[in-house]
Amino acid sequence: MLYQISGSIAVANAIALCRPDVVPCYPITPQTHIVEHLSLLVKNGKLKNCTYKNVDSEFSSMSFCIGSSAAGARTYTATASQGLLYMMEAVYNASGLSLPIVMTLGNRAIGAPINIWNDHSDAMSVRDAGWIQLFVESNQQAVDVHIQAFKLAEALSLPVMVNMDGFILTHAITQVDMPDQELVDQFLPKFVPRQKLDTNAPVSIGAMVGPDAFTEVRYLAHHKQKEALNIIEQQAEEFAAIFGRDSGGLVKSYFADESDIVFVAMGSVIGTMQDLVNDLRDQGHSVGILSLRSFRPFPATAICQALRNVKQVIVFEKSFAVGMGGILASEIHMAMQHVQNINIHSVIGGLGGRTITKKSLHKIIDQAEKGILECEVFMDLDNETVAKELKRQQDAPSSGSVAENILRDKGVVSASKTH
Amino acid sequence: MTETEIYSQSDSEQQTIKFYQTGTFTVGNRLLNEEFRTVQATQERSNSIDSGHRACQGCGQALGARYALDTAMRVTDNKIIAANATGCLEVFTTPYPETAWSIPWIHSLFGNAASVAAGIAASLEAKGDSETRVIAQGGDGGTTDIGFGSLSGMFDRNDDVLYICYDNGGYMNTGVQRSSATPGGARTSTTMPVGDHPGSSFNTGKFLPEIAMAHGIPYVATASVHDLHDLERKVEKAMSFHGARYLQINVPCPLGWGSQPSQTIKLARMGVESGLVPLFEAQYGELTNSTKIRYQIPVEEYLKSQRRFAHVLKPANVDQLEMIRSLAEKNIKRYQLL
Repeated sequence: MLYQISGSIAVANAIALCRPDVVPCYPITPQTHIVEHLSLLVKNGKLKNCTYKNVDSEFSSMSFCIGSSAAGARTYTATASQGLLYMMEAVYNASGLSLPIVMTLGNRAIGAPINIWNDHSDAMSVRDAGWIQLFVESNQQAVDVHIQAFKLAEALSLPVMVNMDGFILTHAITQVDMPDQELVDQFLPKFVPRQKLDTNAPVSIGAMVGPDAFTEVRYLAHHKQKEALNIIEQQAEEFAAIFGRDSGGLVKSYFADESDIVFVAMGSVIGTMQDLVNDLRDQGHSVGILSLRSFRPFPATAICQALRNVKQVIVFEKSFAVGMGGILASEIHMAMQHVQNINIHSVIGGLGGRTITKKSLHKIIDQAEKGILECEVFMDLDNETVAKELKRQQDAPSSGSVAENILRDKGVVSASKTH
Repeated sequence: MTETEIYSQSDSEQQTIKFYQTGTFTVGNRLLNEEFRTVQATQERSNSIDSGHRACQGCGQALGARYALDTAMRVTDNKIIAANATGCLEVFTTPYPETAWSIPWIHSLFGNAASVAAGIAASLEAKGDSETRVIAQGGDGGTTDIGFGSLSGMFDRNDDVLYICYDNGGYMNTGVQRSSATPGGARTSTTMPVGDHPGSSFNTGKFLPEIAMAHGIPYVATASVHDLHDLERKVEKAMSFHGARYLQINVPCPLGWGSQPSQTIKLARMGVESGLVPLFEAQYGELTNSTKIRYQIPVEEYLKSQRRFAHVLKPANVDQLEMIRSLAEKNIKRYQLL
């Protein structure tokens, strides 16, 4: 049934369709509306037999999920940014203990400087945590992928994180086709835990593992993620068959296999890119897009297959490893190391919610077409402001807070003192 | 059933036996009526923690945990699940692939036992299982420091969990560092640089039972491994409540305290009799019962058999001794121990 609702409300409704047993919640912008709406659904009886709890922190929230999932409950929570960092130790623990928890990450920048707006720094900070990490382009995909996430998590006995861009998706009111409960029940079987805390068959979970077995345990975690590559594709097909809608598997190609220049990106920016690519293709440009739906496991083979005919790859990402560069770009480099005659560019943009415009993306394509696009580009970087701050630091040892100086330069903060 | 009742009833039904020849509670089980014996005395004992674990000789925690969990098993017809914080108890019971636990047991992290346990309780609630009960446990570091936020949250939500803290006054598993529950004056490997003497100069130590009481939870109690009947009774009492409950058991640690393994029970008793370890119960934030000191001893008696307090007994550190004395006096007054 079609609704005109915000991404957060759509996701909360989708979660309810998946019949979670336990939902601990802790507020953090921009995911808060999801857990708020779930509390309403529990209260008004639309989500039955669900224990909903307010917890004292994100660390407690994920710990609560660990206990609940280990006791055999289908468990869901949501967080973002600082919240994800605060729960980090438990994030690793949940995957280490193979607990099929589903969590939404309303992607948001990480401070300092504190910033509530969207980028992918939070998701990238847990890229090695052993969770399945899926990205969605739209609120329809957010709904569809959350339903698949439970099935995937439980099939693999691994936690799944669904990444949706904070504000851009969570707060955007769009048309969403909410699936029927019967179809969701048909797609998503009852949760049968691989191992659970049960007084009739006691087990010890979380015992210490020494050097004699740790490598094998860790390798198997890697192996399981590789298995997920097939299962994600299978379940995407199954989903499409039941719901009559394709929400993509590992990757989603938009003219990627027939274009000279291809953007590789994740999340809602794909929408902007599609607008641009439509315009440019109409004008005869050979440009396309490859959307990564699955970031973990990393679909290296599918990427190589999709980009086999491409001349220039522009990896666009909303985060980077400080002191190294583009994270996704370096992974694409690694995946394509055996592919000949291909140029891979790393473009970093949209940090801390900076608007990604068609105009800026067009400029990138334009430079690529002219063969002048550099290996590493910080899109829309204000070089003048950067130079000014660098000079300030050179001139005075106590030049003050970088963030404050730059805000003042840009006229955002009234000038109380000058350096 | 209080201690007095146990003994007077035994006296009247059998013969007059002077139980306290040595001034201790270490009465042989065989001298008691069967119904008053500890669960450990029966062949049907539940063995929550099996033999073969790797606790040190004289470990107070192994003893306390065994009695506490066996009691919980008995009163729930073996329907308990335990969540464990990282620490000695976790390490010495589960060197993979061995486990000493015969109950469903989970170890997640150092600071989250209360939240994990609350999650288990939520799962049981969602599934409509009202029989299975949940216990969380940790040492004082995992409880009063790193796990404090999680624990306070569990109290605040009144989650149906009994949290047991085995308090040995420090991070013994990592090599005897100071925790916020380290008693005033006690020496640890990290208290040396602070203050004029090697002992903890943070005075009282964070006393969590009072903080638990301030949350108004249904039941809070302290216990000691020298009086296992009392410990069993308190666990039983705790299990008769639903909601958040807190039990803190004083467990001597020969390694951390610098004491003889053979003296664990004696030291636990002396802690109580000196007034430094008050035994009491509270319900919904109000003190309901405290255990009177039977033979009061000077704090020095308790301190002198522990290397961690050796410096306190030197004349130069008389201020430390005075501070510890005043702690004992404060406890005696606050909990009416005499």
